[in-house]
Formats: sequence, structure tokens, C-alpha cells
Amino acid sequence: MKVVVGQGSCGVATGAKKTSAEFEKHIAAAGLDIPVEKTGCVGNCYLEPIVDIYGDGDVLAARYVRVQPAKVEEIVEKHLKGGSIVEELVISETDEKFLSSQKRIVLRNAGVINPESIDAYIAVGGYKAIEKALKDMSPEEVIEEVKISGLRGRGGAGFPTWFKWDAAKKNRGANKYMVCNADEGDPGAFMDRSVLEGDPHSLLEGMTIGGFAMGANEGVIYVRAEYPLAILRLEMAIEQSRGKGFLGKNLFGTGFDFDIRIKAGAGAFVCGEETALIASLEGERGMPRLKPPFPAEKGFWQQPTNINNVETFANVPWIIANGGAAFGAVGTDKSKGTKVFALAGKIKKGGLVEVPMGLPLKDVIYGIGDGIKNDKAFKAVQMGGPSGGCIPASLIDTPVDYENITKTGAIVGSGGMIVMDETTCMVDMARYFLDFTRKESCGKCNYCRVGTKRMLEILERITRGEGRDGDIELLTELAEKIKDGSMCGLGQTAPNPVLTTIRYFRNEYEDHIYNKKCTAHSCKALLTFEITDKCTGCTLCSRKCPAMAISGERKQKHVIDLDKCIRCGKCEESCNFGAILRD
Amino acid sequence: MCENCCKGGAAADFTALAPVLEKYGGVKGSLITILQKTQDIYGYLSLDAINYIAANIGVKPAKIYGVATFYTQFRLKPIGKNLIMLCKGTACHVNGADLIEEAVTEFLGISDGETTSDGLFTLNNVACLGCCSLAPVMMVKGADGEETFGNLTKDSVRAVLKEIGDREKGVAV
Repeated sequence: MKVVVGQGSCGVATGAKKTSAEFEKHIAAAGLDIPVEKTGCVGNCYLEPIVDIYGDGDVLAARYVRVQPAKVEEIVEKHLKGGSIVEELVISETDEKFLSSQKRIVLRNAGVINPESIDAYIAVGGYKAIEKALKDMSPEEVIEEVKISGLRGRGGAGFPTWFKWDAAKKNRGANKYMVCNADEGDPGAFMDRSVLEGDPHSLLEGMTIGGFAMGANEGVIYVRAEYPLAILRLEMAIEQSRGKGFLGKNLFGTGFDFDIRIKAGAGAFVCGEETALIASLEGERGMPRLKPPFPAEKGFWQQPTNINNVETFANVPWIIANGGAAFGAVGTDKSKGTKVFALAGKIKKGGLVEVPMGLPLKDVIYGIGDGIKNDKAFKAVQMGGPSGGCIPASLIDTPVDYENITKTGAIVGSGGMIVMDETTCMVDMARYFLDFTRKESCGKCNYCRVGTKRMLEILERITRGEGRDGDIELLTELAEKIKDGSMCGLGQTAPNPVLTTIRYFRNEYEDHIYNKKCTAHSCKALLTFEITDKCTGCTLCSRKCPAMAISGERKQKHVIDLDKCIRCGKCEESCNFGAILRD
Repeated sequence: MCENCCKGGAAADFTALAPVLEKYGGVKGSLITILQKTQDIYGYLSLDAINYIAANIGVKPAKIYGVATFYTQFRLKPIGKNLIMLCKGTACHVNGADLIEEAVTEFLGISDGETTSDGLFTLNNVACLGCCSLAPVMMVKGADGEETFGNLTKDSVRAVLKEIGDREKGVAV
């Protein structure tokens, strides 16, 4: 018997460490001898902390959800000691559907095994794929297998993985480098974090296989400094792997050397771009350069270099172990395999979702995510982060694959899926993303540096209620110029959030500009507050109002002076009777 | 704050940096790592520290300054005992991160990038902490490591800050 507590960042944030400690305390107090272990992110972030109890023969006996420390004693007493399951804390059938309707390749081990134990990874078949590749396959055969699988880069662009490996293999150099981009900079995406925290060995194994295929002896993982837990678990995994001889010299007695080191990024979104990432690895400012030469020719220290994303690498051991054809059987014609999405925003059941490519958006949002929080109306889903776009409710039947999502104007990107409801203002969303790209622009290209700033100024003006006739056209023109005039992906895609929101939600822009109204009631400057007849005259709002804009006698309906009102919303927040109407 | 290392001149003491410079000083491409370790030790990168590193690894201070200002991780000013990293990622934005920022700003009387006068808190807005399902989220980095707080409301964020503040003051008294 054992107790396993999910301790990814989400779990820890909801108190999983305390829950775990509480288990240890109560198990000791009850005189039992049951180990308390940890695992990575299970995926149902909304149910954390999640605790799995395994019975004899490592069979899952019960999965308990939302196990706050106070509930631990009951589980220890009734289940661990008494042998009867605490039914009211067990995961519900509908919540179980969240997991069972997914297809897990990348996340096959996340939330299942202990990420801090190499033996746990080996027990589920780990490091078998690299052994197979090294002993039974040539580098060409590995590349061929990846080609058959149809695996495309999961970092955003969707470039065929085998092609990059092959190019890097064919180029000569004194040293070659296999680099993993784990600098998950897209705000609203956390797929890579979960793999790094939940199954770090799969990344190491994938990189080693890739290194063998392209002829590299050194691997570098460029990981965000904002993910301390991921760095910690990677460091442990590398140590353990070296200890077992899966990293280092003469792997499996085949004469192939490969080692991996970690380089912590220092926070720059543009470093997701390959050449910028390489500059950063070399200790420079992370600024992109012109391509060609591509990194496969001249990359890290001018040597042939291949860069893939975490999720791409995590697929590789599965492909080698199960064959490229098995992977290719999942997904659509041009987009093979699965994709992990980070489902968040105004969604009931947020978390990590891995589905076969080609599943309609609707099945992800309603089937797995269970629809919109508080049953509000679904408005749009944002995909691809600052480089992507907003897909409106009318296109909810769009299959999720590279081609179909690109047609909508968004991109699959790294996998962020932010759901928005009727209270999200689309002009404000565009402003939000432009604010991000404007800050993150490295400044090398004029159009990106100055253009994003100009676009942001216009969007800020519109959300302040100072929009002018011609603003939409000006935004569109600027957007096209920035796309054409920027050297790297950041600038080329930065206008996408604006273009897609104009394309699908032009009426909202027009409402802001011409009617000075924000239909989502989100842009503060365009709000008006009014006190309705529900007012009991309790005077609370007038006391809370920082602008002293509310007047009225006690026990009489109050009135807001709109000239004085600063639209802070304090009155609405404080009112106990729902008497304040926001329009 | 660290009275000994940021006042400039002869008082600056960088002995703690010696092992870092010894390990990484000769390795090409290690500038970012050196700056990260320096910040780990002193909490920020003082101008003196930048000059000291420059002199020791043979790189111009201007170049180090260029790198330090390019990346969001590096700070050129000292921070408070507790660093509040308030997530402004997309999911947090959609779920009202601005309201949380408002509450923090009101409660502590500081805005993004500033430190409270008692030196207990620094507020930094960050791009994304990767806990999107728990949005809005913030991470507080104190002496005992990081702690993440999710599903924040204006009330809960005030309660968290009050608790940390009380704890710190309790220790001080």
C-alpha cells in the first residue's frame, strides 16, 4: 500500500505539501507503515490537491480530490486503517471523464510515476527506447521512424521534426548540439512545465535519442528561471541518469557519448526564437539574427545545432518504442499524434488536456472542460498566445490541428487555450497582448519596436473611450506593415491578436469607438454605474466611494453623480443588495 | 538592506563572488549564469557588482549592463524581504489579475517595481507563473523559499499579505 500526493506547481499552490505532511503525521500516529510518495501534475488542476491510494500490487484503490489537510485524518482512519473508502472525497464520475476522454502519449507518466525516481520511470518501460535506438538502429533508421510518425514541432511552428534532425545530421561540425527549448514564455501555457515536473526522464531520453540521430554528443536544456521546481527535478533526473549510465560516456556499451546540462533562461519571450535562444545560451542579449544560415548549419558556437521543444522530445521515446506507424495512426492526415493543451480562463474544469489532433474545439471545451464557468455564454477561445488569435464561438466546430487552426487566423502554437466568456472584452484582449509583445520586442527591427508601441497606443485610446474614426483601418495597416517589416517570428505574429479580433469582433471595436460602449462591461472608462430601486439606503456605498460621488439620505435610495464617479466599482463591490447596475 | 555591498567604494565586499567567478569566469558563454548567481547572493545587481565582475572576467561593464537590462529576471535595485510576483498571464488577466493588483497596491501602498518603506515587500508583475488553472495567481518569495497562492480574490490576497506582514513584524519585535 502507498499514498501518492500530486505535487506539481498547481498541487503545491493548493497546499499539497501540507497535505502530504499531514498524511505522514497521521500515518505515524496510527502506527501504520505506509509510504507517502509524490507525483507530478495529474492534469485536473481544478481538483488539486489530488491523492491516490494504491492497494496491493500497485493497483489504484481510490483517487481522492480536493484533499485539504483537514480531511487527511479521516482518510487515514477510515481507508488506510479501516479499509473502507471515503466515498464523499473520491473523484466523481464526471471528473473522471476529464481524464478518460483524453489520449495520453506525452503525459503518459505525468501524475502516475514519481518524477524524482529513475526506478519509477524504468519500471514503466523508461530508457528502453534509447537502448533500442542505440543497439538495434542506425541514426538513419531513427530519423526514418520519426519521419514515419509524422511528428511535427510542438513549440508552435509545426515544422517536421525529422527534417530538422536530418539537416543537422548532414551538416559537418567539430561539435554538434541538441538543444531543448524549455523556455515556455507564452503567458497562459504550462504544458512543458508539467512534463518537466512530472516526467523529466522522458525529456532526457528523447533528447538522447535525437542526439544519437543527428550525431550530437552534448545536450543543453534552456529552461525558464521562473520554474524552480522544474529545474530542481531536471537536476535530480540528470544526476540519476548519469548514475545509471544512461548519460555520459559509452552509453549501453555502444561507444556513443551524450551528456545534458541545464541552462536557466533569464526571462525573455523572444528567446523562444531559435537564433535568439542561441544568443542567450552564449551569454549575450537574446536577439535574433537573419536566417539562413539556419541553426542546423551554424547554431550554438557556430556548430550544427538542433532545437526542439519539450513536448516534441517527450513524444520521441514513445515513437521509438511503439513505432512511428502507431503514432501516425493517431490524429489527422497532416497533423499526427496528440497535442497537449493548457485549458484555462473562464472554463469550469481547467487543466492539462492531451487529445488526438483533429478533435473539434467543442469537444475540448465542453466535452473535457465541461463548459464555461458560472454557465455564462462562450465568446471566444484564444490559441497560440501573443502570436495567435481569438477563435469566435461560431467556429467552435473547428478541428484542432495545424491547418484548420491556422485558417481561422490563430495558431496551434505551444498549446495555450484560454477560454473567454461574455464578460471578456475583445478590444481589451488585443490591448493586453500588444502590451506584452511591445514589452518583449527585442528592439532590433523598427517595425516591431515602434509599430507595436503605436498599435498599443491606439488600442489604449480605444479602451479609454477616445477611439477615433479610422482607427480600425490604421490598426490593420500597421499590422500588415509590422508583419512584413519584422525579421523574426515575434514581430511577424505580434499583430495576430489584433487582426483576429478585428476580423471576428469588429462590432466590439465599433461599439468602443463610435458608441463609447464596452458591451462586455470590462473597460472601466466606458462604464456607467447606476443605483436601482433595490437600494435600501444603507449608506455603505456612499461611505466606500473614494470620490464621494454617492449621495442620499439614510433609508432612502441613493444617487451616483456620474461627473464625480471615477468608475472604480467600489460601490458595486460593497453593495449587499445587488442594487448597483453596471452598464 | 545590505549595507556592505551596495554603498560603493572600499566598503564593497565581493568575497562571496569568488567561487562563482572561479567556476564560471573562464567558461565562455557564462555571463548570464554569473549574473544569476550574483543576484542569488546579493538579491540584485549593484553597479559595483557589475564593475567588479567586468574587471574579473575581462568583459566591458557596458556589455554586462546591456545583458542585465535585456532580461526581466535581473534587478538593478535592492528588493524587499518578500518578493511578490503577481502573475499577469493571459488566464490571470481574463480572471481579473488587474483587480488583484489593485488590492495589493492599495494594501501595501506600492505599485509594480516598488518596495514598501519598511522593506518587507517588493511588488513585481510577471508574465506567467504557469499555474493558469488556478488563476489569478501570485508567488511570494521570502526567506523560506517560494509559496504560490491561487484562486485569489481581493479579500484573500489582503489576508495573505497581512499574514506575512504580521509574521515578519512578529519576528522583528
